[in-house]
Amino acid sequence: MRDRSLSRRQFLKGTGALIVSFSFSRPASKALAQSKTPFGIEPDPKSLNSWLAIARDGSVTVFTSKVELGTGIETALAQIVAEELDVPFKRIKMDLGDTAKTVDQSSTTGSRTVESAGPQLRQAAAAARQALMNLASKPLGAPVERLTVEDGVVSVIGNPSKSISYAKLIGGKRFNVAISASGSGRQMKLAPEVRAKDPKQYKIVGASMPRMDLPPKVMGRFSYTQDVKVPGMLHGRVVRPPVVTSKPLSVDEDSVKQIPGIVKVVQEGSLVGVVAKTEWAAIQAAKALKVTWSEPATKLPANPDELYALLKNTKSLRDQVIAEKGNPAAALSQAGKTFEAIYHWPFQLHGMIGPSCAVADVRKDRVTIWTGTQGPFRTRKAIAELLGFPEENIRVIYAEGSGCYGRLSPDDVPEDAVVLSRAVGRPVRVQWMREDEHGWEPKGPAQLMLARAGVDAQGKVVAWDFTDRSFVRTAAEGIPLLASRQVGLKPKREGTANGTQGGGEVYAFENQKVGNALIPWMHPDETPLRTCNLRAPGQPARSFASESFMDEIASELKVDPVQFRLRYLTNKRATETLLAAAKKAQWQERPSPAPASSGSTAKGRGIALTHRTGTFVAIVAEVEVDKLSGNVRVNRITVAHDCGLIVNPNGVQAQIEGNAIQGVSRVLMEEVQFDSSGMKNVDWKSYPILTFPDVPDIEIVLLNRPEMRAQGAGEASLGPVPGAVANAIFDATGVRLREAPFTPSRVLAALKAVPA
Amino acid sequence: MARISLNVNGKTRVVNTDPGSMLLYVLRDDLGLKGAKFGCGLAQCGACTVIMDGKTIRSCSTPVSVAQNRNIITLEGIGSVARPHPLQKAFIEEQAGQCGYCLNGMIMAAKVLLDKTPNPTETEIKKALVANLCRCGSHPRIVRAVKRAATMKA
Repeated sequence: MRDRSLSRRQFLKGTGALIVSFSFSRPASKALAQSKTPFGIEPDPKSLNSWLAIARDGSVTVFTSKVELGTGIETALAQIVAEELDVPFKRIKMDLGDTAKTVDQSSTTGSRTVESAGPQLRQAAAAARQALMNLASKPLGAPVERLTVEDGVVSVIGNPSKSISYAKLIGGKRFNVAISASGSGRQMKLAPEVRAKDPKQYKIVGASMPRMDLPPKVMGRFSYTQDVKVPGMLHGRVVRPPVVTSKPLSVDEDSVKQIPGIVKVVQEGSLVGVVAKTEWAAIQAAKALKVTWSEPATKLPANPDELYALLKNTKSLRDQVIAEKGNPAAALSQAGKTFEAIYHWPFQLHGMIGPSCAVADVRKDRVTIWTGTQGPFRTRKAIAELLGFPEENIRVIYAEGSGCYGRLSPDDVPEDAVVLSRAVGRPVRVQWMREDEHGWEPKGPAQLMLARAGVDAQGKVVAWDFTDRSFVRTAAEGIPLLASRQVGLKPKREGTANGTQGGGEVYAFENQKVGNALIPWMHPDETPLRTCNLRAPGQPARSFASESFMDEIASELKVDPVQFRLRYLTNKRATETLLAAAKKAQWQERPSPAPASSGSTAKGRGIALTHRTGTFVAIVAEVEVDKLSGNVRVNRITVAHDCGLIVNPNGVQAQIEGNAIQGVSRVLMEEVQFDSSGMKNVDWKSYPILTFPDVPDIEIVLLNRPEMRAQGAGEASLGPVPGAVANAIFDATGVRLREAPFTPSRVLAALKAVPA
Repeated sequence: MARISLNVNGKTRVVNTDPGSMLLYVLRDDLGLKGAKFGCGLAQCGACTVIMDGKTIRSCSTPVSVAQNRNIITLEGIGSVARPHPLQKAFIEEQAGQCGYCLNGMIMAAKVLLDKTPNPTETEIKKALVANLCRCGSHPRIVRAVKRAATMKA
């Protein structure tokens, strides 16, 4: 959160300033009819004022409900607006995720921001540019067709001395221009009648503009949600039971009364918390508070075997079909050779370095919340339900948290803060402690993948049948979160699908079925193994299984893994991406495994390909396996990446590097441990992640397609990492690992199970 | 509660606080310094790193009483937007950061490394940062930024 020089409200207050008013599609007065709330006027998508404002100094403020989660979308969106408006990039300011100032463009999820909000803001900027040209026409004494813009200055073509700046034209005043808007959220079409620039003319889009947020971040001047302070603010902490359905039988207030600064012990339903004058007092009180909890109504599975048995044997809520072609069952029964394998993927953490934090100020008629949510409007709705307040009386103001990776799609902590603030009548800041975050963040669910394939006498795959059995996401839209459940709200849905892609649908087999079975999970009770979308939801696991399975077949047929994949690719972009990765990695054509090595280390390489919402990624992993310890080191990851038009190459590279590193960490090291009484690894020592010495070298080939719409880059490159690593380990050792993570003990056991 | 005198970024600051409170909360809540971050409270992640008498410490696990009359340097103390420290400049030039929450610890640990070892090898940099966690995966850029800073003049 940066200091914003320009508040939209200041504009809307009506200072008697000159109003510039005209319309593209309908009278401005009609289009600008907006509803009033305690926080001012609700922004109307059909008013240009809701999207852009130009200040006296010529700076441009962009209002968007999309938020910066660390991935760099703020910078990318600013580039798109600067490009379309013809102003220097440095002049753009972004006002993100304030429900009182922005139109709901839907949550920042699914790597869809540049793809969907990009065109929306581009059209708003194109409309603004057109409005400014119209305005300039009179003072410059020339028709719009004879005007041009450079760096925010409109001038007459062929007569640059006749010019006027945007700042002079409108600086500090409202646009008051109506634009057309239809649909809502991600699907909203904004001013489609306005012609945008030809991408061939792009100068700012496509350039590696430096991130806007980085200078304050490295100086210690950036305000994260953890840094928000409001006058009169108190500090709160919540004390959580083993499962949410567990009730506090007794709360001993005397156990904390000696702590200096303690303000109140709060109990509402089964939610217990403390509020204190200082953060340290709140921490001490939460630790010291004696609570006796009722016997939990729910028990977790006792071990991973029980968990995977549940995944395998529980009747699904419903089945999703991702791809269906021909008759896989018949083809399998007639195939000369059949393959079958089962793959396992554990519960994993998002693992934000800074735990969840929010500030809430609950008043009689209004509520203000500062939080790092991915969906400010979604959070507003959840809080409205929790408090029984109208949504318009709640304002959610986005302040960046610590990374995200899907964790703040269901944003829990503002609910805690709201309950505590209501109880004490003051603003309350709640920050989760490390054990709260590890323990109670909704996790990426465990998955069990079942794969079958049939090959004919010519060595052709004639049948492919792939099913992902994944627990549903229980911390999903429309399902009350922790605090809401604790104060008594009941879930009305069972959960949502853990993503869809990555089950081998990228290949064209004659008979093919790819499906997901949605397995119910610990419902309606909330446990530490609650679930939500973890970066590229479900795809790393599905892709691990499907891409391993591809290699299992290729190896049996003694075909090179790249050549084998090429046989089943019909999409040109997929083919080019695969070949680009192989070329960059200097892929040697031969079947896996590599000839057996003498000595204690074995080296190998593996490849994997995936597709995710318009983006193709191929990854080559090069690994080294210590045969004595079972330790796997990934030495190099080579990525070829096609996400259509690239808005910011350096930004895309950063996302790819992040995905490669997170992917290696997750496939080699990460597993949530539990027994029937709860989760076991609630700190970084017991849930380690990849550190500097083990980070692989990363090589990247970006395939730019300016003729295409920009596609998402935040998640796609995570998908192929586990499969590429698994295939590289097989290439090195001849041992196939079908259960992640590939910890030394698991690798060693697999090596020992194979006769030398 | 006790009055405790601290030397932070070259200035003497007196705070009235629980002497058992960890330094991090005093820096953030009493002195308004945002550089050091809460990450784990267990000295496991490095987000709270500050420099005390030339060495990195984990302010989340260092009682404020221990820091009394010692020289504390925070991220704000090494440079500013107008006069950035070479490390801060290098981190921007390498675009070394995504969410940026870990960067405080990275920069503070790198500063202590460069103060002692002006031209570190890549292995030395990685070793110096091994106890600092980053979840976004900015590691390669961070290593490059530290290398770049080593070539810059303060």
